[in-house]
Amino acid sequence: MESNKYDVIVLGGGAAGLTAGIYLSRAKIKTLILNEGMVGGQIVLTHEIANYPGVENISGYQLASTMKKQAISFGCDIKQNIQISDLDLSGEIKKVIISNGEQYTAKAIIIATGGRSRELAVEGEDTFKGRGISYCATCDGDFYTDKDIIVVGGGNSALEEAVALTTYVRSLRIVHQFDHFQGFAHAIEAAKNNPKISFILNSKIEAFEGNEKVQKVTIRNLNDNTSQKMAIDGVFILIGYKPNSEKFTNHIDINPYGEIPTDSKMATNVKGVFAAGDVREKRIRQIATAVNDGAIAAIHAIEYIQS
Amino acid sequence: MTNLEHVITTSQYQEIIENNENVMICCGRMGPMCVPVYDAMEELTEESKNIKFVDMLFDIPDAHVIRNAPECAGFMGLPFTMYYKNGKVVKATSSIQSKEQVQAILNEVF
Ligand SMILES: Cc1cc2nc3c(=O)[nH]c(=O)nc-3n(C[C@H](O)[C@H](O)[C@H](O)COP(=O)(O)OP(=O)(O)OC[C@H]3O[C@@H](n4cnc5c(N)ncnc54)[C@H](O)[C@@H]3O)c2cc1C
Repeated sequence: MESNKYDVIVLGGGAAGLTAGIYLSRAKIKTLILNEGMVGGQIVLTHEIANYPGVENISGYQLASTMKKQAISFGCDIKQNIQISDLDLSGEIKKVIISNGEQYTAKAIIIATGGRSRELAVEGEDTFKGRGISYCATCDGDFYTDKDIIVVGGGNSALEEAVALTTYVRSLRIVHQFDHFQGFAHAIEAAKNNPKISFILNSKIEAFEGNEKVQKVTIRNLNDNTSQKMAIDGVFILIGYKPNSEKFTNHIDINPYGEIPTDSKMATNVKGVFAAGDVREKRIRQIATAVNDGAIAAIHAIEYIQS
Repeated sequence: MTNLEHVITTSQYQEIIENNENVMICCGRMGPMCVPVYDAMEELTEESKNIKFVDMLFDIPDAHVIRNAPECAGFMGLPFTMYYKNGKVVKATSSIQSKEQVQAILNEVF
């Protein structure tokens, strides 16, 4: 079918994928963005963005909607809430099949599938999601007014969200697997100076228990290998992000952390396949860097298909 | 705001669940965990004509019908999403759900 033939298919419609879509479509390259879930990606998970240049303060939802509108205005096709069921990235013409059986082809592919919240993957976590286990402090903080809670994690988001949660909670323990934190000095300082916050270091959560909602956690001390059960009203899990690269394991090189290595043109080891945004091997994962990658990948994809 | 019909009062809520065989109500805020559910519902409105999809703001006083519903006891994550068949609650979920997860519930309960 002619309508399923594209010049470039972008897999993922977050900041990186939408930027690629904008650059490609504006250059009159026939482009399709295929997105599992809702277009916008992690931006939609952000209440307020204050560090995207040129925009003073904006909700993530608004920024994502504007990027989407821009891409569509230049003629980019977008399909969201799809599942990719099969891929062939090896030949000159790349193929993507989605779960309803539709097949799309393109001369180049940009992988911009980003990342997702890391889960602890321990007993009880699935059962108590939304029932005392949360991954979003800004969304669910007020349910824990005057409660005793745990924040799991030791990076910037865990430390900053922990401090923000002290507006509501009675007490907050930060459980972290190491004896030091990975956050910025000011974030560590703010958490240490907060009278409601205490620390359980060198420890990890092994299980959640409860009835209607979570009531107890099992915490193992990694130094002496002892474990204790602790009564708790809620747990926020803020342990970072995992690249969405599983679908590409048998198609391109992926490093041991699940990230896709690229060169400075955002090209992967497979000809005609580019990667952009958080799914890529890099240190700084921000909207500005995702947008940067998306633009670079789009321009080099254009050069590739026109060469 | 979403493009869904908004429920504002308890009488409107009663009217909707009594006069429609299959109803899904998402009760939340315009936050990160809620927006993807509204978005899935907007698409499903087109695809599943036998189901009435509506939303309700979590913080309006009349939303107590959902906030305090027995099926939501223990819920501590937005949004609270309820599914009704012939006026009776057949399923309730707390926190974010993908379109695929919502679709699986619709297939199961309606
Ligand atoms: C809570 C939170 C707050 C943040 N705050 C800020 C901030 O204030 N400022 C800032 O600059 N950065 C912030 N970030 C980081 C920033 O949001 C990300 O670095 C950036 O949005 C990444 O964009 P991306 O396009 O690479 O990936 P993503 O946003 O993850 O988008 C990837 C898209 O691909 C889709 N997808 C996944 N798998 C597949 C597949 N197999 N096929 C097709 N589609 C797929 C996903 O559904 C998603 O829509 C924040 C992140 C989070 C989680």
